[in-house]
Amino acid sequence: MAHSNPQDVFAPWTDPDAKPLIRFANVTKRFGDFTAIDDLTIDIYEREFFALLGPSGCGKTTIMRMLAGFETPTEGTIELDGRDIARVPPNLRPVNMMFQSYALFPHLSVWDNIAFGLKRSDMAKDEIPARVEEMLRLTRLDRFAKRKPHQISGGQRQRVALARALAKAPKLLLLDEPLGALDKKLREETQFELMDIQEKTGTTFVIVTHDQEEAMTVASRVAVMDHGKIKQVDTPAHIYETPASTYVADFIGDVNLFRGTATARGDGTYSIDYGEGSAPIEVSECDLSLETGASVTFAIRPEKIRVSSEPPEDRDNVVEGTIIDIGYLGNLSTYHVELPGGQMVKASMTNATRLSRRDFTWEDKIWLSFRSSAGVVLTE
Amino acid sequence: MKRAALILLPYSWLVVLFLVPFIIVVKISLSDPALSIPPYSPTLDLSAGWAGLTSFFGALDFDNFRFLTTDNLYWMAYLSSLKIAVISTFVALLVAYPIAYGMARAPEEWRPTLLMLVILPFWSSFLIRVYSWKAILANEGLLNQLLLWIGVISEPLTILNTPTAVYIGIVYTYLPFMVLPLYSALEKLDTSLLEAAEDLGCTRFQAFWLVTFPLSRNGIIAGCFLVFIPVMGEFVIPALLGGSQTLMIGKVLWEEFFSNRDWPVASAVAVILLAILVIPIVLFQRNEEKQREAEG
Repeated sequence: MAHSNPQDVFAPWTDPDAKPLIRFANVTKRFGDFTAIDDLTIDIYEREFFALLGPSGCGKTTIMRMLAGFETPTEGTIELDGRDIARVPPNLRPVNMMFQSYALFPHLSVWDNIAFGLKRSDMAKDEIPARVEEMLRLTRLDRFAKRKPHQISGGQRQRVALARALAKAPKLLLLDEPLGALDKKLREETQFELMDIQEKTGTTFVIVTHDQEEAMTVASRVAVMDHGKIKQVDTPAHIYETPASTYVADFIGDVNLFRGTATARGDGTYSIDYGEGSAPIEVSECDLSLETGASVTFAIRPEKIRVSSEPPEDRDNVVEGTIIDIGYLGNLSTYHVELPGGQMVKASMTNATRLSRRDFTWEDKIWLSFRSSAGVVLTE
Repeated sequence: MKRAALILLPYSWLVVLFLVPFIIVVKISLSDPALSIPPYSPTLDLSAGWAGLTSFFGALDFDNFRFLTTDNLYWMAYLSSLKIAVISTFVALLVAYPIAYGMARAPEEWRPTLLMLVILPFWSSFLIRVYSWKAILANEGLLNQLLLWIGVISEPLTILNTPTAVYIGIVYTYLPFMVLPLYSALEKLDTSLLEAAEDLGCTRFQAFWLVTFPLSRNGIIAGCFLVFIPVMGEFVIPALLGGSQTLMIGKVLWEEFFSNRDWPVASAVAVILLAILVIPIVLFQRNEEKQREAEG
């Protein structure tokens, strides 16, 4: 989340006194023999935009359905505001969900869809229209109030689903792949809209997505999941720059992985041997304390590697290679470079100059270089 | 040209098998009964030329329709059929809805089997199935024996040859016509809609009433018409199960044709029955069209 003032950075998870809105304590969920969620413990704080990210079948939807009340945990407790909600039915929870399919009632107009939850609440009858109008304005749907769901576009339907879920002012809003059905451009616009609405309403959002870019864009913290376990929970920047494991590094964005053995050089610096005949990678600013000879993986993002025609003087790690392939993406070019040891490395450079003046082409001998602090050393 | 030829096929089917017979029935209804073969006059004699044609049309009149208004039997039979059709349609809906709902909510791998079970009775003769109800409902029938054995009753109930037996027979026979459209409407229902309703504060029952029921409306309407229209003209079930007490227009029609051999009056009864049924048939088609529009 973008905050203009760095002094009041929103980070309740760093404050040991902060009380979480949601607390999963050792939650396990089994369906028959299949363990969907395996001994999961997380805290989610008020006003957070929390993303559950992982491949399909990793258990992220199960977590969401447990929060909504459609599934009960096999073991462990789920607390909302300090109250165990494991046995509270969905209609009695201060939690609302935006469904992946939107689940709009096809026989009701946009207005009636949004009013549906309010009519079931203890809100006075004469206050409902005002609340519905407010939701319509928030989601810019004023003009479509009388239409039926099949008479509006996919993007508008998505906003109706959001307005309906927000109308009851839930303590927690769950979003199940909310943008999955939209095309790329609309999805990007809607991501910012979601963040805007989240900040305006101050509601805690938990979003489930398999799209890492989406999670990185909208979330204050991202939980990367795999096989019912959480691999890492952190801010998008930390997840990207300091992944805790090769799984996370590989799942989020592009990464080059070098498997090798570390040699300690003292004071957080290491040399990593990754192949016969190749100069070791020099690493600095490493937080791990590793024994010499420990087997490690060095991970470095493609954009941290510079491609140049001459060996640069100012870089700690320089290696020669041959360009095998060039992926031109418009704003970036990705170079697939083969190192003398046969290893393939991806390096991406922004296309600051026009295509006609590009320096490198296929089969060119070039130099790859990066600083000793550009990558991370992983032991998992 | 190709299109026209393609359309010609169903149209000629309708003309030959529906329109022509209907015109013949209308013509007979305007004729006079006669002791001859066929049992009515006039018959069209094209060899007499123009004179024959004019005398043919001159002999047609509305006497039979007028006759229908003079005897209470006919309009009472129409009303009685209407009543039986309305009540049995409603009962069939009440019975079929839970069946269809259960089928639609059953695990997916069971559904073809359940569907098969609903359709299976069609594989045996309709007459045999109605006859077997005689064996079940008779005074010494299976139902009475069972009830006596359990001790619910001490005297056998008289069900056969009463309107109750007719209702039982009709609801039983036409139940699949109600179950199938309801099932198809309920099966299409996205279960996440019910979860959404619960999520927004509905109890299970409210979710059913506010979401499932209105969304199965088209199935309800289709099923009701599919039962109501044929039951209106039903004559086998009242003849076999209803005895002499049950008056239905289909039975009257049968008797006029085959017992009285009064084809003209029978045809007049049939024409009026058709006129009555045109209203629900048109409504039914309009409902189907609307549904297609909403889905398209």
